[in-house]
Amino acid sequence: MNGIFSSSLGKKLIMSITGLFLMIFLLVHLTVNLMLLFGDGKLFNFAANFMATNQLIEVVEPVLAIGFIVHIIYASIITLLNQRTRPMGYIQTSSNGVTSWASKNMYILGGAIFIFLVIHLINFFWKIKFGEVATLSYDNGLTQMADTYSLVSGLFITYWWYDLIYIAGALLLGFHLSHGFWSAFQTLGWNNKIWIKRLEIIAYIYAIIIAIGFTIIPLYFLILK
Amino acid sequence: MNIKLKIWRQPNAKSKGRFETYPLNDVSSEMSFLEMLDYLNNSLIKDGKEPVAFEHDCREGICGSCGMYISGRPHGPQHRTTTCELRMREFKDGQTITIEPWRAAAFPVIKDLIVDRNAFDKIMQSGGFISINAGAAQDANSILVPKKNADEAFDSASCVGCGACVAACKNSSAMLFISAKVTHLAQFPQGRIEAEIRVKNMVAKMDELGFGGCTNTRACEAECPKGISISNIAKLNREFFVAKLKD
Ligand code: HEM
Ligand code: SF4
Ligand code: FES
Repeated sequence: MNGIFSSSLGKKLIMSITGLFLMIFLLVHLTVNLMLLFGDGKLFNFAANFMATNQLIEVVEPVLAIGFIVHIIYASIITLLNQRTRPMGYIQTSSNGVTSWASKNMYILGGAIFIFLVIHLINFFWKIKFGEVATLSYDNGLTQMADTYSLVSGLFITYWWYDLIYIAGALLLGFHLSHGFWSAFQTLGWNNKIWIKRLEIIAYIYAIIIAIGFTIIPLYFLILK
Repeated sequence: MNIKLKIWRQPNAKSKGRFETYPLNDVSSEMSFLEMLDYLNNSLIKDGKEPVAFEHDCREGICGSCGMYISGRPHGPQHRTTTCELRMREFKDGQTITIEPWRAAAFPVIKDLIVDRNAFDKIMQSGGFISINAGAAQDANSILVPKKNADEAFDSASCVGCGACVAACKNSSAMLFISAKVTHLAQFPQGRIEAEIRVKNMVAKMDELGFGGCTNTRACEAECPKGISISNIAKLNREFFVAKLKD
């Protein structure tokens, strides 16, 4: 392991591992959020409550925060180092027909996702974790829990521009991951001539699930409620 | 056909270069791109001007010396073609063709379109070889190589070291070049002996010489005149991490 992270490949390995971890987190996050669309909120409240009180999640939460921080720090280091490699650019460049826009603009996409992330944390995470959320009782008062559903749906119903920010965030993530997904496997070395086509297709499927999944939630509240 | 050429002129490594525009008439569409430049240089010499310096040797796509950035792409618009193999029929009558040298911190311009690709040699010297005691050639069948390995080695060995991958990459990364060399040598029993030290040394040299890292944009693969695949880069990564984990 000696000196691995001072090499360009080692730094990129960190991007890949943190990226893969964040992608798994996104799937869990989306699954819980999709429960907002079913029923009167009871399902979502139970799920959110389960996540908030689960001991495993308590351990994973700081790991997740570290994952984000490390991903962002190394993204910045890698991008800065790479920018120094061409002091003088070309006056004309033409498309090669292969390179995707997302792959060339991962830091811009990531930076926009980061801005979204901060807004998102202030609005929901902070309020749920440290703020006052009204409690609700189910099963004739036997179960008491935070009414996260009202907090989330309230924001989405009251402020339309809020929904737009969320939709933009979802689309940005979709673009980031349309490249990031297969790129992470390539970085790890889990790729070859046959798998590259498969991984690219799976990447698009994953990116579309994330982008559409997170988009329909604000759309649902904006249009139907 | 009549064309206009916009070419980077730089008298030496220290001077600041600039673009010069030259009209060139009666260019045959059958000419290779380098023949067109010879034709331009003839007329420049006749006019008492300094000819455009460009690197070339084999003129048949095997030496890798003729790299230049033509109309926004390394080796010009045609897929899997070196500049010397490119024909003028790929261009239109009346077109302005921009010609720039490779741009990368690791490939400084020496003169006009010629860049110093010594960095590639230094990377090769750091590990791109197999150490053997040279003697009489041994029997061809004494070391067996599976067909699959031989084919993969052959594909990777077709890299001519032109530097188009570096020129195309937004990070000026030499990963495609190194991955071709590492994959080529790692396929043979003789090459496996030094495989771990080779990959570590070559990557360290690449980082040291000012090439960037890989962002997997695939620009290198798209522009490589020899069609070297980025699956080689995946193999390079595998070889590197496995070797490095043992340190
Ligand atoms: C939930 C959020 C995020 C997920 C799931 C995610 C996922 C990924 C994945 C899987 C990769 C590919 C890694 C590789 O090529 O080996 C990647 C690359 C990258 N990410 Fe993220 N990312 C997220 C947020 C961010 C943020 C906030 C930034 C902030 C700057 C960022 C910046 C980058 C950059 C610059 C790269 C490309 C690195 C390179 O190829 O050199 N990402 N991301
Ligand atoms: S990998 Fe392709 S583009 Fe790069 S040096 Fe070799 S032949 Fe040229
Ligand atoms: S002159 Fe040898 S490859 Fe073009």
